[in-house]
Amino acid sequence: MAKPSPADRKYTKEHEWALDRGNGIVTMGITDHAQELLTDIVYVELPKIGKKIKQMEAVAVVESVKSVSDVYSPVSGEVIEVNGRLESEPELINKDAFGDGWIARIRMDQPTELNSLMEASGYEAMIKEAGH
Amino acid sequence: MKKTPLFERHRQLNATMIEFGGWCMPVQYTTVIEEHRATRSAAGIFDICHMGEIELRGPGAKDLLQGIMSRNLEGQETGQMKLSVMPNTCGGIIDDLTIYKLGDEHYMVVTNAVTRETDFEWICQARNEKGLAGVTIRDISDDTGKIDLQGPKSEAILQKITKGSLAPLRFYHFMNTEVLGTASIVSRSGYTGEDGFEIYADSRRIGEIFDALLHAGEPLGLRPAGLGARDTLRIEAGLLLYGHEMDETITPFEVIYGWLVDLTKPFTGCEAFRKQREEGVKKKLIGFEMTDRGIARHGYRVFSNSREIGHVTSGTFAPTLGKAIGFAFVDGAHEGAGSEIDIEIRGRKVKARVVPLPFYRRPKAQNKS
Repeated sequence: MAKPSPADRKYTKEHEWALDRGNGIVTMGITDHAQELLTDIVYVELPKIGKKIKQMEAVAVVESVKSVSDVYSPVSGEVIEVNGRLESEPELINKDAFGDGWIARIRMDQPTELNSLMEASGYEAMIKEAGH
Repeated sequence: MKKTPLFERHRQLNATMIEFGGWCMPVQYTTVIEEHRATRSAAGIFDICHMGEIELRGPGAKDLLQGIMSRNLEGQETGQMKLSVMPNTCGGIIDDLTIYKLGDEHYMVVTNAVTRETDFEWICQARNEKGLAGVTIRDISDDTGKIDLQGPKSEAILQKITKGSLAPLRFYHFMNTEVLGTASIVSRSGYTGEDGFEIYADSRRIGEIFDALLHAGEPLGLRPAGLGARDTLRIEAGLLLYGHEMDETITPFEVIYGWLVDLTKPFTGCEAFRKQREEGVKKKLIGFEMTDRGIARHGYRVFSNSREIGHVTSGTFAPTLGKAIGFAFVDGAHEGAGSEIDIEIRGRKVKARVVPLPFYRRPKAQNKS
């Protein structure tokens, strides 16, 4: 069973999370439910620092043995930091999707975009519905 | 979608199911890597009921096969199986299959799932053209269940429910025996690069055999394994997959199957093979490993010094080797081991190197041949 989605952050329909760090910066990654669907993650393609992205544009790629999946940015802005550990330890996403498996930090263009994302409860309801 | 006799068991085992060649098949039960590692270190059990079996029996059966298979079946003993290609008149591969000699003028041909009907029609047509009316050809696929048991612990597990000793059985040989009291054909063969067996039995009994093997094998580390692990295991072992490395436009000389072609006998396609052997091939299948980060996948383009030279046919992360590997078709001049190539991954060229096949070979002590 997937770990519960923490209430301290926001969620996209595409299974990304965004944690507001203050100062207009979010940390983002994929949810534990997403890593369960993907199973063994064996490769992560990280964005370049300085990359400018729009909300819900592909910001990274995660690959399992069998599949290749885009990861979408929950917000518009500029990539200011990436989780370099994922290059040698992609399995961190399987082990700790909401923590050590974070993917990137983004300086938001429009912090109000966060309001368009789901709360943890809404996200949990969505995956529960999709599962049945 | 067609279901195998083991379908309900896959559901009970919580497998993720996918469509493969018109069949609803388990791709994984837990994760591909877990099932892959279990097969290399202990054993994996695979539902292979989707593959086809065709029985040929009666006077002329051997001549019929000799006339349509690339492999020379002269000297094949009862109890021995042979891998062969069945070519069309241009030398293209209609199917790669295994031929079990059940007795004089009595054979079982094991086909891929997607090629079963084509193969059956091709073989029947050849019989009619050759006037070999004495050969009865039966598609026995629906009545025949097939399980592959693969990995170093396979013999110990299968022995628990098999009549007669498996130990003397050599690689690519089979015995008619009883598994769980059911008449079965058991061959020492498979598609993973490990020691192991292919087991054929009545499709109405195959479920019970599957259960008994799982039960007998669990203490030894046996795991049910899906098509995902089957694919990563076969790629590491340098084994080809019909529809990826082979089809009706690809000849055995272009892949690594030149050794399956015996030009000392006449058969369909032999003229095309003679010509190709003289003229050489324009494209060739190679194995590669990624030297930069990235995983090449089916269809990705291959470059050498920014010139496009081919495409990837199968590519994956290799769990045993811990790196990304694959097969590609490239034009003739770039096939040498050690050659540097680039593979385009999402618009970016990533470095790879041509390497000898297979990528993985099991420790010698486990060989039985």
